[in-house]
Amino acid sequence: MTIAAPKHPWRPTPKDLVPDFIGVLLTVLISFLIIAFSPLSGKLGFVVSLLFTAMVVSGVVNYIRRDRKAAFNAVTSVLIYITGTFLIIPVGSILLEIIAKGIPGLNWTMFVNDMSVTSADAPPNEGGLLHAIIGTGYLIFFASILSVPIGILTALYLTEIKGKFSGIVRFFVQAMSGVPSIVAGLFIYAVWMIQLGNQYSNIAGAASLAILMIPTVARTAEEVLKLIPPDLREAGLALGATQWRTVAMIVLPAARSGLITAVILGIARVAGETAPLLLTVGGADAVNLNPFSGNSSALPYYIWKAFSLGTDQSIARAWAGIFVLMALVMAFFTLARVLGNRRGRA
Amino acid sequence: MPTPRTITTEPRKSDRVFSAIVTGGGFFSLIVLGLISLFLLFNGFNVLKTEGLKFLTGFEWQNAIPDAGTPANYGIGAMLYGTLVLGLIALFFGFPIAVGSALFLSYYAPDWLKKPMVIVIDIMAAIPSVVYGLWGYFVLMPHAEYWAKLIHKYLSFIPIFDMPAPAYSRSPFIAGLVLSIMIVPIITSISREVFAQTPLDRIQAAYALGATKWTMIKAVVIPYGAGGVIGGAMLGLGRALGETVAVYTVLNLVYDIRPEVLLSAGGSVASMIVNKFGEADKAELQALMAAGLVLFLVTLIVNFLANLIINRTVRK
Amino acid sequence: MTTGLEARNIHAWFGKKHAVSNISLDFNQGTVTALIGPSGCGKSTFIRILNRMHEFIPTAAMAGEVLLDGSDIYQSGVDVTKIRLQIGMVFQKPNPFPSMTIAENVLSGLKLAQLKIENRDELLETCLRRAGLWEEVKDRLDEYGGALSGGQQQRLCIARSLAVQPKVLLMDEPCSALDPGSTLRIEETIRELAQTMTIVIVTHNMQQAARVSDYTAFFLSDGGPGELIETADTKTIFSVPKDKRTEDYVTGRFG
Repeated sequence: MTIAAPKHPWRPTPKDLVPDFIGVLLTVLISFLIIAFSPLSGKLGFVVSLLFTAMVVSGVVNYIRRDRKAAFNAVTSVLIYITGTFLIIPVGSILLEIIAKGIPGLNWTMFVNDMSVTSADAPPNEGGLLHAIIGTGYLIFFASILSVPIGILTALYLTEIKGKFSGIVRFFVQAMSGVPSIVAGLFIYAVWMIQLGNQYSNIAGAASLAILMIPTVARTAEEVLKLIPPDLREAGLALGATQWRTVAMIVLPAARSGLITAVILGIARVAGETAPLLLTVGGADAVNLNPFSGNSSALPYYIWKAFSLGTDQSIARAWAGIFVLMALVMAFFTLARVLGNRRGRA
Repeated sequence: MPTPRTITTEPRKSDRVFSAIVTGGGFFSLIVLGLISLFLLFNGFNVLKTEGLKFLTGFEWQNAIPDAGTPANYGIGAMLYGTLVLGLIALFFGFPIAVGSALFLSYYAPDWLKKPMVIVIDIMAAIPSVVYGLWGYFVLMPHAEYWAKLIHKYLSFIPIFDMPAPAYSRSPFIAGLVLSIMIVPIITSISREVFAQTPLDRIQAAYALGATKWTMIKAVVIPYGAGGVIGGAMLGLGRALGETVAVYTVLNLVYDIRPEVLLSAGGSVASMIVNKFGEADKAELQALMAAGLVLFLVTLIVNFLANLIINRTVRK
Repeated sequence: MTTGLEARNIHAWFGKKHAVSNISLDFNQGTVTALIGPSGCGKSTFIRILNRMHEFIPTAAMAGEVLLDGSDIYQSGVDVTKIRLQIGMVFQKPNPFPSMTIAENVLSGLKLAQLKIENRDELLETCLRRAGLWEEVKDRLDEYGGALSGGQQQRLCIARSLAVQPKVLLMDEPCSALDPGSTLRIEETIRELAQTMTIVIVTHNMQQAARVSDYTAFFLSDGGPGELIETADTKTIFSVPKDKRTEDYVTGRFG
């Protein structure tokens, strides 16, 4: 008796792929012909005719091989694949541009200099963004200090207290994540500058960023705390511990890496925010080491200002700034993913 | 008849403190939302009182000129209209791409492609708006102007594609395109979440009746997920309405309501706030606060509705 | 008697796990065949292979042939949607489409397969009558399917399968989620349908197998892949089975 081997007869065989291959060839060929013999021209014309012929060819091929139903299915599949491609194009373009335009403006001295003695049309290897990096560092630090406790308390309220207002609280956290960043800036300006009479400062910027960061931290932390098995909590309570001690000594340590992920995601969310900073930190060209008073800058502000100055040199600086900012955001982002994955595997 | 005993637990003092602190933290977001509306209302009240409903409908944005004796005149009608136009353009391009991509990821993409594509979507969501703005200005705009010229050339009989002057740069069309890219990740991830919850037995029932992938999606996935997808679209709209820096970079602000979307003239409440903020005097600042309040309330309502719909369909 | 559907040396795998081993069974036209056996013996896997629903599980693999009117439904180039039109399936849990009315549910198969609907009203009545549901729903065809009781929903699902006029109807424990009254109604329906089509039914309930089927096949797994222990006409299986294990199972000594 022969032993049967597992097979996957539903997977397309090379023979099945022949018509598909012919279809692709036909598509490319027809779109070249369209470009050659019609008023359509250029890259755009090629893409448009390629997409159009792809739909027509796949429809016709499947209509001949099978029936109307298969043709319909093929055309919609092509459409869906096209939308999937459209999703990737802008991201690819943005990342490529950042690399292409950002790297030429990079140099090591930019990390130790500020713009206090450099004019807008000075070559990009003069001056630097030290002031912006320090500003962003302060902003991230203070925004985290302000938002992380509140974000985690909110998550604890939703998962540990489970009060009767849980639904409402969750709803308002969702609503808060939709607050436009400019409104957060206006609010801090109204409270901190107008009402309390303070000047521009880094801490005001951090406060406006904290408003945007709280919902991200709260929602991610809630997801994390939900994953802590309930028997861990019961085990704590059954040992005679109070709820406070159970949360502090069992639940929070068990969720530690997840909570760190929540904080990092929150930071990645606000590190590149520009609009609220335009209203709160005032902007500066020199390093300001005092986060509590005086104008200061930040990476997004630096980019914004360099772009607004409009000279070729300052626009090169803006792209270099974007490169640094994106590297920072991506670093946080990757860190959050790595930590999140490790938690998933454990 | 025995009556049930009521069990009472007297929480320890530490637990009561804990509970109070956590509850306080939990209500923080509610308090902040309240404070935002309060402070913006307080600061913008004077302007709202003198302008009345004209603040929402007027086209003029004029500081008082004491020498000439002209009073201040603040109206955000054109900016509100422009904001809405931008949101609609963003949805027009972003919504089909986002929903198509969600369907692609859920039902079409080969397994090896899913993870990288999800990362791409996450990156899209993480790119700061100032980056979108500069990319839109330097990279997208030259292309988009060319597309706009083509649209005008072939479709100018439709009034919104008409051009009174050949100024194609920094138009609502271009700003809407940039916004459409920014809202795609929001709509895609909500849609994916909804599609993932489509009951498997219904999908199988459709296939067992001889459905193709497309007819299955049309009969089962779309009716099931429509609510959540619409909610996701509204979340995206909320994001588009409140976007500031990216729009400011690629849009020419003009205090006028114009139907032509390809023309270099548009409006956006959020961008106007940034635009006017730098040189605003006390009265104008109050008007900007009032504008911020309107923007806040509009986005809050859109978000409320979106989350209501999504919660009802997804997070049951 | 003509053979409608034949399974030849069927094996099934999920990943590395060998779930079903070397099963050959003929299903004759106009008969009801019951597949019985304890849970985990591969009955459901086997029945899902018969209309190519097996392949929806990503790790799934199979070997062997399934012949419908003499041609292999797993042959490359076969249009799988056409196979499923000819071999219908009714699932464990009633699953009418909630977004469609009763009438739309019955006709949904034609819509899904993009077939033209002729004589809508006549088709509706025939299918619902054959499923034994017509009298109960004829006045409310425009209500949503979810409003029906569980048993009615299941009969609606049967009517839905009948509308595309399949040659074979596969039923995977169609009554396991239903009350005894509804179960009897469905069994009556099965007997009536068997006059015109081939029916294969998986069931846990031995009385049900004895009541509705002409032939019975007994599946068993001894920890390894599920195997076919014995198949014969139903009376034989329940009175004088050849295999000791069949006897133990049908007399309720295990399983």
